Amino acid sequence: MTHTGQQHPISLYLKIWGLLFVLSTCSYLVDYFHFAGYLRWTLIITFMLLKAGLIVAIFMHMAWERLAMVYAILVPPLCLLVLVGLMVSEADYIFLSRVVFFGQGITAESP
Amino acid sequence: MVAHSATPIDRPALAPDASAAGWQGITRDWSSDKDAFKQVPWGKAMMWIFLLSDTFIFTCFLTGYMAVRISSTEPWPNTSEVFALTIAGNHIPLILIAIMTFVLISSSGTMAMAVNYAYRRNRGRTAALMLATAFCGVTFVSMQAFEWSKLIAEGVRPWGNPMGAAQFGASFFMITGFHGLHVSIGVLYLCIIARKVWRGDYERSGNYQNVEIAGLYWHFVDLVWVFIFAFFYLW
Repeated sequence: MTHTGQQHPISLYLKIWGLLFVLSTCSYLVDYFHFAGYLRWTLIITFMLLKAGLIVAIFMHMAWERLAMVYAILVPPLCLLVLVGLMVSEADYIFLSRVVFFGQGITAESP
Repeated sequence: MVAHSATPIDRPALAPDASAAGWQGITRDWSSDKDAFKQVPWGKAMMWIFLLSDTFIFTCFLTGYMAVRISSTEPWPNTSEVFALTIAGNHIPLILIAIMTFVLISSSGTMAMAVNYAYRRNRGRTAALMLATAFCGVTFVSMQAFEWSKLIAEGVRPWGNPMGAAQFGASFFMITGFHGLHVSIGVLYLCIIARKVWRGDYERSGNYQNVEIAGLYWHFVDLVWVFIFAFFYLW
C-alpha cells in the first residue's frame, strides 16, 4: 500500500524550527540567569516538554498519524513515569539511610 | 472436534481500513486480524516500535542517573561550571552544549525539509538536505568528543572525579556515549539513504518512505538530546 506522504508546506517546518530555537534559547537562559529551586526545575521541564512535543507531533508527523499507532507509541512511556516515581522514592530513602545510619554527608546539600 | 460457528458481531460492516475516530477506531484497529496499524506502511510502524524500545533504554539510563544523583551524599558537580568554556577571556557557562543543541535542532530542520522534498520527488534537494543533516551530526559528535577529551584531561573518570560525587563520570560517559553512538549510526544511515535517493533507487517505485523512516530515527536522536540537555546539563 503506497503512502501518499506529507503534503504540508515547507513553511510549517520552518516555523516549528524557529520555535524550537526560541525554546532552546529559553532553556539555556534558565541557566544563564541562574534561576534556582522549583522555578528552575519547572521552567526546565516545561521547555523540554514543549520542544519534545513539537518534535514528535510535527517533525515526526505524529499529529497526522492513525490514532491506533499514536496510542500504541505514546501510552507505554507513561509506564516509565511510574518507574521514575518509584525510583525517586527509593533514592530519597537511600539518601536518608546514608545520612541517618551511616553518618555520611553532614555538609552535603540536597540535590 | 466440532468447530463452533462464530456468533455474528452486531455491528455494521465497514471496510477494515476505514478510519474511525476515537476509541472505537483504536479498538477496532488493535483487535483486527491482519495488521494493527491500518494504512501505516510496515517500515514506518516498525521504526516507531524500535524508537519506543530505545525510549525505554534511554529512560532507564536517565532514571539510573537520577537515582544515583538523588542518593548521593556528596554534592553533584556544578554542570554550569564543568561545561563552561573560556572564549577570548570570557567565561561562558554551557556554551558548547548550547552550540551542540543548536546544531542538532538545525539538523532536525534540514531532515524535516528533506522528507518534504522526498515526497515531492525532488531527488537533488532531498539528498543535499540529508547530507546537510549528516554533516550536522558529524559536527555534533566531534564537539561531544572534544567535551569528553576535556573532561578526561581534567580527571573525570567513571569511578571518580575531582569536582564532586563519584557517579558523575559514569553517568556522563554512559548517557552521552550511548547518545553519541546513536548519532554516529544515524549519520551512516542517512548517508546510505541519501546515496540511494541520489542514484534514483526509489524513483522507479516512486516510494520515498525510506527517507521519512530515516527521518524518524534522526528526530528521535534529537529528541533524546532534548531530554539529556534538560536533565543532565541544566538540572
